[in-house]
Amino acid sequence: MGQLFAVEIIYRGVFQKTLAKNITRGIVLAAHNEGKLGISFGRYGDAPERNGIPAKSFAIIANDEQTLEAGMAQYEPKHVDLTVVLDDTLCKGAESWAWYGLQPVHHALKSGHTLIVVSLQDAPTLLKTIHRREEPYKLGILKGVTSFSGMWVYKDDHTDVRVLGAIAKALPELVSLKSVEKFITEKLKNSLKVTSTQTAYQRFTAVDVKPGKGNPEELFNFELLPWENMRNGVSIPGQPQGGPYADPVTKQTGGFRPARNELFKKYSTRTQRPVVNFSTCTKCTLCWLDCPDASFDVTPDGTYDANLEACCGCGICEAVCPVKDCVTMVNESLFHDNDSQWVRYKKDPHTYLKWLEKTIEMAEPDEKRSHGFRYRGQYQEQLPEALEVARKG
Amino acid sequence: MATTTLPVEVEKKIHEQEALITGAEAIAIACKLANVDVVTAYPIRPYDTVMQYISQLVADGEMDCEYIVAEGEHSQFEIVKHASICGARVFCGSSGVGWMYAMEALTVSPALRVPMVCMVGNRALDDPGAFGVEHNDALAVRDLGWLLTWVDNAQEALDTALIAYRVAEDRRMLVPLAISCDGAFLTHSQALVRIPAAEQVKQFLPRYDRGDLLLHPDNVISVAPQANEDWVMEIRRQNYAVTERACSVIREVYADFGRTFGRKYGNPFFEEYLTEDAEVVLLGMGTLSTRVRVAVRKLREQGKKVGFVRLRWFRPFAGPEIAKCLERFKAVGVIDRDFSFGSPNLSGVVATEVRSAMYTGASTRPPVLGFICGLGGREVTVHDVEKMTDIVFEAAKGVTQPLTQWIGLRG
Repeated sequence: MGQLFAVEIIYRGVFQKTLAKNITRGIVLAAHNEGKLGISFGRYGDAPERNGIPAKSFAIIANDEQTLEAGMAQYEPKHVDLTVVLDDTLCKGAESWAWYGLQPVHHALKSGHTLIVVSLQDAPTLLKTIHRREEPYKLGILKGVTSFSGMWVYKDDHTDVRVLGAIAKALPELVSLKSVEKFITEKLKNSLKVTSTQTAYQRFTAVDVKPGKGNPEELFNFELLPWENMRNGVSIPGQPQGGPYADPVTKQTGGFRPARNELFKKYSTRTQRPVVNFSTCTKCTLCWLDCPDASFDVTPDGTYDANLEACCGCGICEAVCPVKDCVTMVNESLFHDNDSQWVRYKKDPHTYLKWLEKTIEMAEPDEKRSHGFRYRGQYQEQLPEALEVARKG
Repeated sequence: MATTTLPVEVEKKIHEQEALITGAEAIAIACKLANVDVVTAYPIRPYDTVMQYISQLVADGEMDCEYIVAEGEHSQFEIVKHASICGARVFCGSSGVGWMYAMEALTVSPALRVPMVCMVGNRALDDPGAFGVEHNDALAVRDLGWLLTWVDNAQEALDTALIAYRVAEDRRMLVPLAISCDGAFLTHSQALVRIPAAEQVKQFLPRYDRGDLLLHPDNVISVAPQANEDWVMEIRRQNYAVTERACSVIREVYADFGRTFGRKYGNPFFEEYLTEDAEVVLLGMGTLSTRVRVAVRKLREQGKKVGFVRLRWFRPFAGPEIAKCLERFKAVGVIDRDFSFGSPNLSGVVATEVRSAMYTGASTRPPVLGFICGLGGREVTVHDVEKMTDIVFEAAKGVTQPLTQWIGLRG
């Protein structure tokens, strides 16, 4: 058997579907310039059609047809030579409709191979989020904001070719810079994009990540039952109703927390999360009422606490909240836990409110950016800045 | 034995009655006896006769049920599906393209384990718009986990409806069941039928209980969530397990039916007529049996040893038993009141199934000839049967015959 390569692109469903596809197509066509054969495909499922859900695209490359066929004879590659993460909030793990449980972003990455993340953060910060693993790997950061390039009206910000440049650097056996340049010149017919890919190639570096380094969080998993042990009638047990719970300080019980499915946590879908100012909340109920996922717990105080295992980060609560800065959506990558904000507030209101102020401040302006866009025209406004970041590398 | 001293109401309860009724009416009466909770209706010939009879029973105060006229067949079947999951005994039905319009609801009910009992008044599928019988409507669900049975007279229609509730609602089964009644020949012609007493039926038919599959506030479950490829195959395997059990459950229920009502059907899956010394047999489903029996008797007078096998249950298809039955004849002719365009040998559905069963289950394999006959309500005449028999005898002699022939066709 000849040489076989698999590249995995992890992206946010809908928003980055075209970008991911453009990259995997680019890999195949560039490698084809070297006489290699390949295919490009998306992991089939509902996920890529849903807002922000982690989804995957793949490129399989081989030297000959039989090797390629061997690489194609599976639903999705179990081991990849390169993983690209197009949104750094995905570093918290991929857990989509299709997979159950939480998978680390380097789940399929072969030992010693490279994980490329598009991010404004540095490696030590990202490693607070990326889960630890037994095998060593390399972490390379391609400086840039989360790109929507290729999505309907959003302008091309060259993320596709910058990723291709980084790939040529990280895995030259797969495809050379020369082949990538040829692909861009001949197929994309854009000399500026050639420059972008060259710059990305020159500036891209990766650091070694030693075994055991990274986020120690225990990944939650899911058991696939044999058919005899499954319930009949395509039925699953419902959730109990839920009920009141205790104030961490006064120990008094009250409020209402709905029971939630232990096997379906939505936090990996989130690119932003609501932070709540409990001191200015007027208890108007709107966030609780309008949340499409019933993710708000009614606290014993009568305020509303976004439960971060249930919140998918859509931002509707922020949109409907009538109080200024009471609910603010903040980029998910700034957080490293899913703890209750209300419990922290109750234990130490002063420290919490200071933290809140700082967090909201920090969120300006790029961190506030999310797949949820907070106002019309935000993307266009931020694009020059994003391009500037890309230029500087 | 009826006594004159008993009030009429009591007499009705404990004694069998006799009445001149149609096949559709027989099924309506079975619904009353089975104390069905929810009935949905939408008119289409020939099924609509049963909805008319049930509505009359309700109007006359003889039957107490929720009677819902839906705005189309899709809703008709969706409503009973939901009612059944909530613990109601349900009845509905349709014909021809009406049944096809309900197709989405029909496909989902086996996996959801819905024991809905339906009558299909068999009708040709459009186009051309036609009222007459053809079996392709009911057969459209043959691969989906439905139980399918064909009856040939009003008495059998009534009895089979009672049997249907026992089989479908059995905890080992819990799958939908359709009783096919040939349009016009059965649905619209009246015959003398013995109607069992309500007390007997009560004894035969226990309460419908779906246990922990019941959708109820006291049993909180979520039904029919979206699933991906990690689950679908296991769910299909569960329905496969039902089909593995189906034959033994049906046999059990028929035996109990015989004990309770004194009317014994013998082998539940097919009925044999003058096959003991037969050299060749014809095989078919539904009301064409009357003509075939008459023809068989006539042919026997001429010394031609022919018999008839009437298939009662198409799903489950009692393959090994049918193969064992048919292997002893010199040739078999299968009469299909349906078509399966492009199938192996271009035969009808039943002929194809019979050949498949014979391939694995029979020690000798006599020629199996397929006849496509009686489509769109065209009469299968005694003469047609004679013609088919002659062809089968030729095959028995070793004279090669076409594997599929159209009988009663002009031209």
